[in-house]
Amino acid sequence: MQKINLFKLFTTFFKLGLFTIGGGYAMIPLIERDVVEQNRWVSKEEFVDLLAIAQSSPGVFAVNISIFIGYKLRGIPGSIFSAIGNVLPSVIIILFVALFFNSFRDNAIVNNIFMGLRPAVVALIAAPVFSVAKTAKISWTNVWIPILSALLIVAFGISPIYIILLAVIGGILWGKIN
Amino acid sequence: MAIFIELFYSFFKIGLFSFGGGYGMLSVIQGEVVTRHAWMNMSEFTDIVAVSQMTPGPIGINTATYVGYTAVINSGGSQVMAVLGSLISSFAVMLPSFILMLLISRFFMKYCKHPRVEVLFSVLRPTVVGLIASAALLLMNSENFGLPTINPIQFIVSVTLFVFTFIAVKKYKFSPILTLIACGVLGALFYGLFPIN
Repeated sequence: MQKINLFKLFTTFFKLGLFTIGGGYAMIPLIERDVVEQNRWVSKEEFVDLLAIAQSSPGVFAVNISIFIGYKLRGIPGSIFSAIGNVLPSVIIILFVALFFNSFRDNAIVNNIFMGLRPAVVALIAAPVFSVAKTAKISWTNVWIPILSALLIVAFGISPIYIILLAVIGGILWGKIN
Repeated sequence: MAIFIELFYSFFKIGLFSFGGGYGMLSVIQGEVVTRHAWMNMSEFTDIVAVSQMTPGPIGINTATYVGYTAVINSGGSQVMAVLGSLISSFAVMLPSFILMLLISRFFMKYCKHPRVEVLFSVLRPTVVGLIASAALLLMNSENFGLPTINPIQFIVSVTLFVFTFIAVKKYKFSPILTLIACGVLGALFYGLFPIN
């Protein structure tokens, strides 16, 4: 297989980072078009496996995908170039917004806009609860897991990190019993 | 100086223990930066999430960059220090992924069909559902919705916008960004015409 230019990896993932709005899942169709169909860097089957890996690994979904593809094509340097390319637009844009927004925070119009935005953001966070529940195959036998985790976090103020650790330990023990 | 080390440590943990993409990550970030370190309050955090959703790029990276910046500013740091804080946070949140993905990409293909690994994920996935739900529940507070006793108008408007967004995105598959822009415009118009303070 022809060796892929590191700069080309960087620019491809820079473009993906720049044009994806709404998080990692919104990035999937763009990656599919650029990486699978146009450049043929990974096959369709590999791409599905890759989604499963990126989804079940901790961290930022889109960054996980870029690390995996970069590593597959050019080893560790490849993964570094594609990951940095992927996050650079975010970092630049957010820094620009942060510098601008903090000085406009006390502006009445900005304040009004954000009073309208806040409840909408909460709804956007609540919406994926049900689609993720579908993917996680929630049924009467395991529905206690999300209810108990949410209860421990909301009512008892337990850090989500401990909940994840508990789930990992529980999953390993459960696998041992069966 | 101490805040840089704390930011690095917090975001390294966030990167290591967040499963299920950006939304699963939000509850972990919230737990670290609002509840544990009190680097900002809930409404500042919600604003950051709003901006992170409307700007390009992965939500986790956007939020990490912005939280790093705001945490330093709120602790009395200069803008230059805040930029450094944001770079440290976004680097730290990626670092565990980097190490783990390199290891996992080598071994996952071999073991993903292993029954023990399948059982582990059958427990982890429902947990992520609970994490996302908790992030949403914790944000349903007076800072984001107003209090029905003190500010009934803001409360009613907020609940309406919440229901509108939820149905538009969930049922009618509206673009989240356009829906957010619509709610921002509605907020500016309504509260501009009927100031509540």
